[in-house]
Amino acid sequence: MSDQLEPKASKDVDVNNVEFTPVVNEGPSSLPAQLKGFWLTFRTMFKKTLAVEYPEVKAPTQERFHGRHQLNRHPDGLEKCIGCELCAWACPADAIYVEGADNTDENRMSPGERYGKVYQINYLRCVFCGLCIEACPTRALTMTNEYELADNSRSSLIFEKEDLLAPLRAGMLMPPHPMYPEADHHTYYRGEVPEAHPSQEVNK
Amino acid sequence: MSNAELIATDPGWIILVKGLLVFSTCVVLTLLAIWAERRIVARMQERPGPNRVGPLGLLQSLSDGVKLALKEDLIPAAADKIIFILAPIISATTCFMAFAVIPVTGQVSLFGHQTVMQMTDIPVGVLYVLAVASVGVYGIVLAGWSSGSTYPLLGGLRSSAQVISYEVAMGLSLVSVFIYSGSMSTSEIVAAQGQWWFAVVLFPSFVIYAISMVGETNRAPFDLAEAEGELVGGFHTEYSSLKFALFFLAEYVNIVGVSALATTLFLGGYHAPPGLGFTENWLGGWFTAIWFFAKVAAFFFLFVWLRGTLPRMRYDQFMQFGWKVLIPVSLFWILVVATLRLLSQQGTSRTGLLIFSGIVVAIVMFVNVAFDNAKKKKKNTPRPTLSKPDFAVPELPNKGSDRV
Repeated sequence: MSDQLEPKASKDVDVNNVEFTPVVNEGPSSLPAQLKGFWLTFRTMFKKTLAVEYPEVKAPTQERFHGRHQLNRHPDGLEKCIGCELCAWACPADAIYVEGADNTDENRMSPGERYGKVYQINYLRCVFCGLCIEACPTRALTMTNEYELADNSRSSLIFEKEDLLAPLRAGMLMPPHPMYPEADHHTYYRGEVPEAHPSQEVNK
Repeated sequence: MSNAELIATDPGWIILVKGLLVFSTCVVLTLLAIWAERRIVARMQERPGPNRVGPLGLLQSLSDGVKLALKEDLIPAAADKIIFILAPIISATTCFMAFAVIPVTGQVSLFGHQTVMQMTDIPVGVLYVLAVASVGVYGIVLAGWSSGSTYPLLGGLRSSAQVISYEVAMGLSLVSVFIYSGSMSTSEIVAAQGQWWFAVVLFPSFVIYAISMVGETNRAPFDLAEAEGELVGGFHTEYSSLKFALFFLAEYVNIVGVSALATTLFLGGYHAPPGLGFTENWLGGWFTAIWFFAKVAAFFFLFVWLRGTLPRMRYDQFMQFGWKVLIPVSLFWILVVATLRLLSQQGTSRTGLLIFSGIVVAIVMFVNVAFDNAKKKKKNTPRPTLSKPDFAVPELPNKGSDRV
């Protein structure tokens, strides 16, 4: 047992020899002072209320609010996720499950060797701490401001990859498709790929 | 024809209709009161309050009531089953009974029958109200006791002590009304206020009644019987479903009840405010009901305002206030009123009355100054320094021991 855990004896604390300080009791305050309180509540009745009528009016969150996750894409549509599982390892609540797989020339989902084949986030476990975002080496995983995540079954709160992937924007092509001509994963990583090249359109 | 004689001519079916009206009005008023209270308190806290169910949230309390009724009805294993069931019934039935003697309108025509909206007019109407209110306390006490649980028991005990203490002050404040109007019947008290409301003539009584009615109904700042921070829910902690709803109903009907009694005794009942007497004939006399309910609503707003403003009192302060302030003050006031009444009945001149009033004011001022001086003296005397007494005293608990 360490010394700190031993209870101190009363003679060491000297509880019976504390200096006496008289308590100042002002008694009840004057009538005008009490009426002031009544005036305050009465006046407040005519103030504008602060509540937000939530389902109809949605107040924007703070810019960096931790909401639902999103799996981002490169400007040509390839996924940024490389299936490294660092997010899953970083997660303190064990909410993320990742299975990586190899990219092939016929089936290329992301630049480089690997991509995330299975990507699940369990929102019953997620504590929205953002450690996964810090862990992600390619900025594939970020958080949105979306906070309406309530649902009525456990299984529907396990979000799959399709639920988390960012939508295709202008200039993006739905993977799988080959990489940008004469680019490698370094070019992608540096953000030098502007948008999909016509030669990448293999599906059409 | 006096009100009592008018009521005596009522056929049975009119009495039945009146009873139904009293009951339905009370229930609807309860629903409205809960809604109004929640909205007003919310506004006082810069919130909008319930505004979802129905227009302006008016149906909120109705839907809450339905929800309560559909909930599981639990009876604890340790509870005394019969009394546990009986308690909310006692509470909810007695609270309605007070309305039987409250005059709501002047002379009106109900289905072609000339009558007044008052079920019965007994010569001791106000005493009857007090008696019924006392029986209502049994509901709370028995609920607390029969739950077989600690917090409800404490809540029930507190509540009974509180209601008994404040009923004394309430009863005493009514005595001066009886002296002044010369009657205990509600309709005659209303009639006696034709010129001046008793709230003006008997202002101290009015204030004492207004304070003690808050204590009587267990409302904030005197809601010690159901102090959430100390007693969970107080006497109704173990109640659920419809039985809880009955207590809830009883509480609000009681509030409306004491407000209605206050209106009748101090604010001229169904009479219009001074200067608006011509409105009493509108709608064939039914307009007086609007004046009556407006006054009740004003009292109810007072209740809500108190709840929104004041913190809950400590129990000992609350009891001290009742026994050491309200009761002595009302006793003194009764003395003054009775003497004044007697003097004026014996035909004492105006100067005599003025001299008496002067003496009373002088006594009040003297007592006030004496109290202030005593307080100052107490404040200024230095605290005696504690020295070792020359008689044997037990050791202080921590002395001579190494352990704390």
